[in-house]
Amino acid sequence: MTTTASSERTERRLEVRPSRRGDRAFARLVGAAALTILFTLVAVFVFLAVQGWAGMTSGSATYAPFTSFVGYIWPLIVSTLLASAIALVVAVPFSVGVALFISHYAPRPFAAALAYVIDLLAAVPSVVFGLWGGRYLATYLQPAHMWLHDHLGFLPIFGEPSPNGRSLFTAGIVLAIMIMPIMTAISREVFMQTPRLHEEAALALGATRWEMVRYAVLPHARSGMVSGMMLGLGRALGETMAVAMVLATTPTVTLDVIGTASPATIAANIALNYKEATPERQSLLIATGLVLFVVTFLVNFAARWVAGRSARRLGS
Amino acid sequence: MAKSIDVSDLHIYYGDFLAVEGVNLTVKSRSVTAFIGPSGCGKSTMLRSLNRMHEVIPGARVEGKIVVDGQSLYDPSVDPVAVRRQIGMVFQRPNPFPTMSIYDNVLAGSRLNARRLKRSEADAIVESSLRRANLWSEVKDRLGRPGMGLSGGQQQRLCIARAIAVEPEVLLMDEPCSALDPISTSAIEDLIHELKTEYTIVIVTHNMQQAARVSDDTAFFNLKAAGQPGRLVEFNPTRKMFSTPDEPSTEAYISGRFG
Amino acid sequence: MTSAPMVLSQARLPRWAPALVAVVSLALAGLPALLSGWGPVRWVFAAVAVFLVAMPLWSRLVEGRRAAVDRLVTGLIHTAFGLAVTPLVWLLYVVVRSGAPAINGEFLSVSMLNVIGAEQGGIFHALIGTLLITLAAAVISVPIGILTAVYLVEYGGRSRIARTITFLVDVMTGIPSIVAGLFALALLMLLFGPAFRAGIGGSIALSLLMIPTVVRSSEEMMRLVPDDLREASYALGVPKWRTITRVVLPTSLAGLVTGVVLAISRVIGETAPLLVVAGATDGVNTNLFDGRMTTLPVFIYSQYASSTPVGYQRAWGGALVLIALVMVLNLVARVIGRIFAPARGR
Repeated sequence: MTTTASSERTERRLEVRPSRRGDRAFARLVGAAALTILFTLVAVFVFLAVQGWAGMTSGSATYAPFTSFVGYIWPLIVSTLLASAIALVVAVPFSVGVALFISHYAPRPFAAALAYVIDLLAAVPSVVFGLWGGRYLATYLQPAHMWLHDHLGFLPIFGEPSPNGRSLFTAGIVLAIMIMPIMTAISREVFMQTPRLHEEAALALGATRWEMVRYAVLPHARSGMVSGMMLGLGRALGETMAVAMVLATTPTVTLDVIGTASPATIAANIALNYKEATPERQSLLIATGLVLFVVTFLVNFAARWVAGRSARRLGS
Repeated sequence: MAKSIDVSDLHIYYGDFLAVEGVNLTVKSRSVTAFIGPSGCGKSTMLRSLNRMHEVIPGARVEGKIVVDGQSLYDPSVDPVAVRRQIGMVFQRPNPFPTMSIYDNVLAGSRLNARRLKRSEADAIVESSLRRANLWSEVKDRLGRPGMGLSGGQQQRLCIARAIAVEPEVLLMDEPCSALDPISTSAIEDLIHELKTEYTIVIVTHNMQQAARVSDDTAFFNLKAAGQPGRLVEFNPTRKMFSTPDEPSTEAYISGRFG
Repeated sequence: MTSAPMVLSQARLPRWAPALVAVVSLALAGLPALLSGWGPVRWVFAAVAVFLVAMPLWSRLVEGRRAAVDRLVTGLIHTAFGLAVTPLVWLLYVVVRSGAPAINGEFLSVSMLNVIGAEQGGIFHALIGTLLITLAAAVISVPIGILTAVYLVEYGGRSRIARTITFLVDVMTGIPSIVAGLFALALLMLLFGPAFRAGIGGSIALSLLMIPTVVRSSEEMMRLVPDDLREASYALGVPKWRTITRVVLPTSLAGLVTGVVLAISRVIGETAPLLVVAGATDGVNTNLFDGRMTTLPVFIYSQYASSTPVGYQRAWGGALVLIALVMVLNLVARVIGRIFAPARGR
């Protein structure tokens, strides 16, 4: 063996490259990034809790016109739930219908484009929805307020109608339009995952298209739809600007959703009162934010849990 | 520069599952060794263990010894990344890097390791690798075009050029022709013939005629029964294997009476 | 044994039946529309109602109950889609019609500093604020988001940590934006005292909203990179981290950029968190780390809240600019995804 050959040999020894160091550093870097997410969520909770604690326990003057934290936040919670309920009641049938339209009824070549149109709705900033809702939709919905009061006025939720249409009802409709795209997107996805085999089995038995949808598609998609609805609910609970801009607020407890005297939702209340807040009131608002965070967290948690459970059950 | 490979008493596991059991064989330098056998018998796993590629799959591990040129591949001090630089691999489906040109694909081994090359050096490597892969005349006018634009057979030869550009000692080929048409297949087989004067080649194939055409030695792997680990049934010169095999099950498999 | 003849033909409505019913419904609804002077919107609504009754009725008489139900549902589903698109069209129309008159060169190039009453003001300060705050948010969230996605795709596997992180990212997408704002505010209050306001707080809040979107889209894109390419790279003796940075990330680059741009387009319209943490001001502020900073959405809100005709006018102008910005970003994202997607197949 010549000298050149042996020197080449030592140069090409297997242990020659210390590549491990780069690998290890990189693995640490990406691991740290992933942990940031964890710490951020914990930090959100901790910071809100630290700053909000004072807001839950300060002197009764802070809560004017109420005297305690519970008294202050109670009307807000009722309002938040009412607005979200209206949004869900309106948005659920629409999102299921639109999702079915895109997944099973629309002509194939257009389906993707139609899905994109619905996604565009999700891209409209909430402040623009608020502007449109407050300036246009409210006016157009005013007759609907009158009608609801005249025909369903015996229900406590349809009391004295607002003269300009700026009510919790209108806010709920705006919320419905805002949460419809995400609910549609999720329902559409699960509808499209229906096993072809089930659909064809139904059709082969002589089912009409609707019967196929009813007996093959909807049962398969049930938990996906529930999960989508909960995600929509999470959005509705936390949406701020649209409500803040549509609603004229009064801090009283009322079930009347078409009147002028509804309290704000938790989120809208924060946005509306932030500017004039004293440090104590700031803490109070942060405390209400903490409540909102916990509630939406639980709702989202439940939604993901339902979705995850159905995914496991289907073995995907 | 080509090296021989000694495999002794090799067991390969995926987690607790024993995939390949008790393999002993020697791959001679500057020759073509074919691994044949039914699907799922562990021949691809075996091939991958030769350059530690199976470690990419989580839970995979190896017991036993593989020695290349006096160095044990599984010695704790050995870096798998360095092993792969010397024992190159060509895959079942051609997989040129889609973001790179033909030129950059050939140089990928150096470029990805951020090795600085002079322009003239790089040109020389690209030309000689493509020539050795019998692809130079077809692509020399469009080296800047994306590698994905070539035909399947050309892509596979590009992948071979990429593998030999890092000057490995050994070339492992995992069913390199199974995704190709007959004409491209014959081009690759010719290429294997030429490459064996410089490299030690191990090829996994499902195609018995191909094994007979290109290889000097053949190893036949089989499962004892369904769910059992794969094992080496017979290892002999190809000529003998295809005329008078030692084992009846080899003959059954080769002649198509499989089972 | 004699078998009954197989009957395949059944009473069916002709293919053009729905079109005929649609025309008749429009005509029927047109009569009261003409008589009592309804607008086109009411007319169409009435026609749809007539159609939804008439079509299943005819089908019931000719084709039977099951077909009638099918036709009713088909009609309802089409109606649902039509109704769902209505607000989008209406909103875009209103924004363009009310916003266009407000927009001129001065509107885009001056701030609201020392603007009194109905004098011409502008959104220049808000544009600067939006640009700076969103850019800073992107600078914070893009590295964290993409690296987290790298962890989930290349390192995490099915480990417990990886599944926890995936779950938390999912939950994080649902954080209300106002809560993100309060978090940033609480952070700044702890660090700099209760009266501190700065643009960077807005960036922190926005990045909290942006990170999950970036993680999800990057993760999806990197999972699309075929394992073949990773193996090819490993087989060339390339270490894992170089395989990721030189093969996986470049191959999915178009998708990564699309995801980031879409995430930006989502947070650029955020109002609530900026309202509480970055505040509002009339002048241009180019320092992210000191003093209040107005963004375009906050500008729209404060002009709306002023409840004056000229305020509304400015709000609509701002809304038109904002919508245009969001739509352009959306379009850019799609175009990038189309053009720079690496060639797959042959």
